[in-house]
Amino acid sequence: MSREAILQSVRSALGRAAGQAIPEAPPVRIRLPEIDVEARIASLMVRVEALAGEAVRVATPADARAWVAAAIEGKQAVASNAPFLAECGIPALPGVRCGLTVESELRALCATAGVGITSADYALADTGTLVMISSPREARLISLLPPAHIAVVPSSRILSGLDELFAKFPLPAEQTSSMVLITGPSRTADIEQILVRGVHGPGKIAVVVVG
Amino acid sequence: MTTEMHRHIHETLGDARLQDAVLTATGRLKASRIAAVAPDVLPDYQELRTQAHALKKHAIENLDAYLEQFERNLEAHGGKAVYCKDAAEVADFILGLARERGARLIVKSKSMLTEEIDLNERLEKHGLESVETDLGEYILQLAHERPYHLVAPALHKTRYDVAEIFSARLGVPHEIVIEKQTATARAVLREKFLAADIGISGANFLVADSGAVVLVENEGNARLSTSAPKIHIAIAGIEKIIPRAQDLATFLKLLARSATGQWLSVYTSFLSGPRRAGEIDGPEEFYVVLVDNGRTRLLADPGRRQSLHCIRCGACLNTCPVYRRIGGYSFPWVYSGPIGSVLTPQFMGTAHAPGLPFASSLCGACAEVCPVKIDLPKLLLELRSDVKEADKSEGRGRWERLAFRLFAWLMRHPRLYEMAGKMAPMFAPSGKGGWIRSVPGLMNFPPIKAWTDERDLPPPPAKSFRETWRRR
Repeated sequence: MSREAILQSVRSALGRAAGQAIPEAPPVRIRLPEIDVEARIASLMVRVEALAGEAVRVATPADARAWVAAAIEGKQAVASNAPFLAECGIPALPGVRCGLTVESELRALCATAGVGITSADYALADTGTLVMISSPREARLISLLPPAHIAVVPSSRILSGLDELFAKFPLPAEQTSSMVLITGPSRTADIEQILVRGVHGPGKIAVVVVG
Repeated sequence: MTTEMHRHIHETLGDARLQDAVLTATGRLKASRIAAVAPDVLPDYQELRTQAHALKKHAIENLDAYLEQFERNLEAHGGKAVYCKDAAEVADFILGLARERGARLIVKSKSMLTEEIDLNERLEKHGLESVETDLGEYILQLAHERPYHLVAPALHKTRYDVAEIFSARLGVPHEIVIEKQTATARAVLREKFLAADIGISGANFLVADSGAVVLVENEGNARLSTSAPKIHIAIAGIEKIIPRAQDLATFLKLLARSATGQWLSVYTSFLSGPRRAGEIDGPEEFYVVLVDNGRTRLLADPGRRQSLHCIRCGACLNTCPVYRRIGGYSFPWVYSGPIGSVLTPQFMGTAHAPGLPFASSLCGACAEVCPVKIDLPKLLLELRSDVKEADKSEGRGRWERLAFRLFAWLMRHPRLYEMAGKMAPMFAPSGKGGWIRSVPGLMNFPPIKAWTDERDLPPPPAKSFRETWRRR
């Protein structure tokens, strides 16, 4: 509608000409701390728990399956198509639906399931954050609609923080339509500043670190 | 001062419950911010502020080129940019799209820009249902009120207010337990999310090198609004542009910390275009509405265009001794607090609320907490000067100018100044409770009355500072 008019008034206010090049931007500010894997794992777990999430560390994929099996016992769960979940054997657990590729089916299941199970593309140690990249392997709604979210993450995917994420992944849009950072359970303090968890997203979150 | 603003201020000051609510909430947000930027948890806080300021300044100074870059990248990912100059154009675009797609129900996540342009009312007039989904915004939509605060919109509502609003408007039983009220909203809004045809969001950042919209939130309503419906429309002011995705490593560290004291908000969504081939869910159509609505007017002045650097964290409200007393509704437009006093006169004209730039003690606390280093006190002073210039050219404020000229003259004559100082106690009324609240009888004519109505003065001391100094 008003494209040209708006761009033109921006240019004349700034004294710029159409097509004029952009002077060099301030350099990107990325700082990469050196933190070993054990320290990353420890920091991630402390931060997740500080946000009232649950953080556990298991040694092997089989241990992860056992932990998840106990956590979802008696509940309906939806699992993502992440290869790492398959490696752990989670899709075969009783009560778990997996392998969904049709949106309507996925949506209906997520709306009624008690638990959503995903992996995560990365986790951020310094803030207790899960990085979820939308793809055929990870849908958006599994970590969003059910009241509880379990993420099973190999310890090798834990980054130190935002700086390392954007250093590794300078242009997320080249790979996905949606990258979501999840830091703790859904919450609000909109009424009298009282903290309530599980407003629209999951009120419970558990991070299982494998290895 | 405008009478409307005057009335709101006096109402707020006279309401003990509201005073308590605003002071407690802003106090808590303020303390959380301080803890989250403390040197032991964020040692490079000041460097990040400097970087954020430089990035915003650079983006605004080259805004046209960055908008074009944003648009190119967005369209490369299958999204579409729509430029709108004002409220009517935004509404026309959405109504047109809704008509073409046969859409009726819209879910909306928090957006200050849509408050600027009264979008819900405009859409509802044409038969669309547009539902706010942020809990605070939802409460206010049901109560027909505007946001009280940038990040805590329903800060002035108690659980008892919410119980009244929900039972009156939703027909649910009167319920005062906050967890249960939240569960009610979750259930009602969950239905809406799953049935909605269109999701509307704002944008915290528009990333030029990615064509991406970044949304920061805690509840999950922005994620649902942008994931469940088939169409996502993000509505953003043109000033929201940042150059690169990598700059988020700077901005995201500052935004949530400054707003609520969280290290990161619960959900940060980085969205670029509709779902890609193979992705299982997400919208099929993705639009970004780039809105001017007065912003290009602010760009012309190199000093004042920094008003457009604001990332809407609300830290200046929480720290402002004036906002914390007079509250959000004393400010005449959607933006309140120091940033509101700076934005409103520039968007609406100084005549809209000439008292606004004066609703500040110029203590500088706002500039100290601003994560992008906007020089708010300087802007307030400049806007005060605009108001006074307008008064002068329209022949208002003669008495005030005369009084200040007299005072300036007195200041230049030390002997007379001292004499006046000695005489002051003789003429000054006796202060009640140690304060002079008004002047008696004859002197209480309009210009002086207007002045003392707004200000309490300590009574002049028996001995002046000069005398004390001499006899030291």
